Amino acid sequence: MTVSQTSFGSHEPVLDVKNLTVKYIGDTRSTTAVDNVSFSIGAGEVFGLAGESGCGKSTIANSIMRLLKDPANVAAGSISFGGKDVLAMSQDELRRFRWQDVAMVFQSAMNSLNPVLTIGEQVADIFTTHAGYSRKESLRRAAQLLELVRIDPARLKSYPHQLSGGMRQRAVIAMAVALKPSLLILDEPTTALDVVVQQEIMAQIKDLQRELGFSVLFITHDMSLMVELSHRMAVMYGGRIVETAKAHDIYTTPRHPYTQALMGAFPPLTGPRVPLTGLPEGVKFHNIPDLAEVAPGHFVAPFDADAEAGVLEGAAQ
Amino acid sequence: MRFILRRLGFYLIAFWASITLNFLLPRFMPGDPVSRMFARSQDRMQPEQLDALRKLLGVDNRPIWEQYAGYLQDVLTGQMGVSITRFPTPVTEVISSQIGWTLLLGGTALVIAAVVGNLLGILAAWRRGGAIDSALPPLLVFIGSFPYFWLAMGALYLFGVVLGWFPIRHAFTDGLEPAFTSEFIGDVAAHLVLPALTIVLVSIGGWMLGMRNTMIATNSEDYITMAEAKGLRPGRIMLRYAARNAMLPSVTSFGMGLGFVVGGALLTEVVFAYPGVGYQLLNAVQGLDYPLMQGLFLTITAAVLLANFLVDILYVRLDPRVRSN
Amino acid sequence: MTSVILQQPTEEKAARKTNRGFIHGLLTNKKAMTGMAIMLTFIVLALAAPALFPADPSRITGMASLEPDSEHWLGTTAKGQDVLALTIHGARSSLFVGLTVGVASTFIGILVGLASAYFGKFIDEALSLLTNVFLLLPGLPLLVILAAFLPPGLGTVILVLTVTGWAGSARVLRSQALSIRSKDFVAAAVVSGERAGRIMFREILPNMASIVMGTLLACVIYGIGAQAGLEFLGLGDVSTVSWGNNLFWAGNEGALLTGSWWVFVPSGLCIALVAFALALINYAVDEVTNPRLRKIRKPATTERSNAK
Repeated sequence: MTVSQTSFGSHEPVLDVKNLTVKYIGDTRSTTAVDNVSFSIGAGEVFGLAGESGCGKSTIANSIMRLLKDPANVAAGSISFGGKDVLAMSQDELRRFRWQDVAMVFQSAMNSLNPVLTIGEQVADIFTTHAGYSRKESLRRAAQLLELVRIDPARLKSYPHQLSGGMRQRAVIAMAVALKPSLLILDEPTTALDVVVQQEIMAQIKDLQRELGFSVLFITHDMSLMVELSHRMAVMYGGRIVETAKAHDIYTTPRHPYTQALMGAFPPLTGPRVPLTGLPEGVKFHNIPDLAEVAPGHFVAPFDADAEAGVLEGAAQ
Repeated sequence: MRFILRRLGFYLIAFWASITLNFLLPRFMPGDPVSRMFARSQDRMQPEQLDALRKLLGVDNRPIWEQYAGYLQDVLTGQMGVSITRFPTPVTEVISSQIGWTLLLGGTALVIAAVVGNLLGILAAWRRGGAIDSALPPLLVFIGSFPYFWLAMGALYLFGVVLGWFPIRHAFTDGLEPAFTSEFIGDVAAHLVLPALTIVLVSIGGWMLGMRNTMIATNSEDYITMAEAKGLRPGRIMLRYAARNAMLPSVTSFGMGLGFVVGGALLTEVVFAYPGVGYQLLNAVQGLDYPLMQGLFLTITAAVLLANFLVDILYVRLDPRVRSN
Repeated sequence: MTSVILQQPTEEKAARKTNRGFIHGLLTNKKAMTGMAIMLTFIVLALAAPALFPADPSRITGMASLEPDSEHWLGTTAKGQDVLALTIHGARSSLFVGLTVGVASTFIGILVGLASAYFGKFIDEALSLLTNVFLLLPGLPLLVILAAFLPPGLGTVILVLTVTGWAGSARVLRSQALSIRSKDFVAAAVVSGERAGRIMFREILPNMASIVMGTLLACVIYGIGAQAGLEFLGLGDVSTVSWGNNLFWAGNEGALLTGSWWVFVPSGLCIALVAFALALINYAVDEVTNPRLRKIRKPATTERSNAK
């Protein structure tokens, strides 16, 4: 299976994921969380990965950074970053690869910060580990980073619980760009935040991206946010990609019924109010086939249009 | 600060409860402790001491509230009466001459067991399924299943009687003059080995398993994944991120563990005739020395409560979340 | 509202189903089976003791301090009693006291925990304070003091051990009951006007079966160990035959100093084996209910991300 290499920025992809399959191996049975997924992200490109909870988005993010923990395992496929095979890296290579090449902003900033260390210590240990700076120099750089995301450097001495939710997430974003990585993974970075703070955070990320020029893998289930930020995107369902194209194309002409349902489930950020529709209860897709190109750069998993439509209507009644 | 004050209040209540328990026990128990005691020692007792004893154990005709008030006053001013078995030494004097040995034995054993046990727990959780993780827990649980005093007897028999490596009784060789000389300190250390070893052996498994299980829970926290993603060195993640958080419950159980160690020390002291408060408590019980018994119990309780309070202060230093509330 | 009430039977059914899964998990757990086998052996021996050694075990049957031989498999004490008979008869008192103390402590723990969780507010505050005070008072010294003031006897031993042992179980059970108390199906039961007793014992209690079992095991371990300690100090009922008393007499008769290891080894080993067996079952309960503690099963095919 091949997916278009049309990337927004350069033609040399920063990240290339091929036929990735991740399995959770249980005592009695195993589950395939990610099933034969391929995509690539070009330099400076923002690639969105959308889908409901449990569809395998976060598992992909963790596979790229090799953070999968037992019982999850990469069963097949390859992940290459700037031409290097990520899955074959030694522990030392892996440690350098993490955060210098790829950094990640996790779902919940509250839980991703160590509650018993100050923000300063947690930012500074990035510099002491990777750049070999002294503690003092690391703290000075940490202060600069906080200013970059508009947090008072006095906050370096604060503990995570003393910051507001938005401030914590901004601190985590500051940490993520500390070493100017070429790829930033955002795993639902605004899920736990209220809408106003969400907008601030997204604006912050956009600014940083323009300034530093890193590529982004943006994971969310919020389609309107994604369409706003991404150049190209993919929609996942049940561990498979059901549709991938330029964000604008998916926004204007979603092809797969699941994509259509997802688009209908979120209010647009701007424009007139529209009634929300979603996937009717009880509708499930099984045995999703490989993608096929339906328009230039627009790939959709083939589906039985009549049957799907019938199911959708039947369930809606 | 509010946390510390709340805890302080709680310890005061706990101490008050143990004083009250001490007050009530001889008054509501069937039988008459005083008459049992008189039979043993009346010939040596002065009339006013006998009077004081009656007051202490509630064999006088004052109303109970008056007795209670008087008892509270006596305890708080440190008047715990006169020991019967060591007549006429005041109870406080007997206790102060012996509490040091218990602190030495219990403290040494507790610190060794907690430090080594926690380190083993950290390592076991960090290398799940590794050598330490698979071999040690069952072994330590098995050793921990033996009663303190039985392991003490075993150690005494094996290393003391059969092999003769260590002295088998008392805290230092009879006839040796206590002094800060290397000879005396070495002698005390040699006498300490077997009793401390038994306490360590029995209690270390609990520390290790507790730490291991908390570490396993901590290892699945997001901030550990984030630390890994940050590419930090494994040693730093293990100590500054995982263990630093996992030790918090361990610190709390350190206070609780104290009570158990005092109990363990009591039994171990009895086996080795080690002159601490536990050994003395048993002597007091056997000699029907009620004033000494009560004094010892209050002292032990006060020591445990005080240690717990110190642990609370330490906890506030370790967990910033408690500090700001 | 209807939807919430409708939800209730399914939750209850789910609880019953997990309980069945729990028992199945225990039956297939190696630790649990080893522990249960050891316990069963001891229980059978204890029950069969009068048949195996019909005579009074304290009777003097041979020369003093005999080493183990074909007639006295475990030798004799300094008084000339048969150690094997003492050990097997000792199981009766030790297991009886341990189980009684365990059940009684757990029962008090359940009452306190449920009352704390269900009534909350002032009752919870008061019960928690009481529990914590008892937890903090050093157990063995308290035991010794209580035993010294009370008339000696088996009843005293059980009473004293229960008084000092209930607090630990109450604390564990309270926190578990609190978390179940906050579940929707309990709220539904409250709103639908069920009586307090029914909610506590029919709605909340069945959902904490595994914790109750763990607590019971821990309490039995405590009971057996503490009884032995108390008796070893000579504060039990010295006239009964039990493991603790056997060790008390062994110490008193100087078995250690004369080198009669066979007098004090069997009873101590029995206490340890029983405690170990119960601890094994307890850890098995933990493993079955908390999947994170289970052994990691390495998949047969080595995964790339794992290999390095």
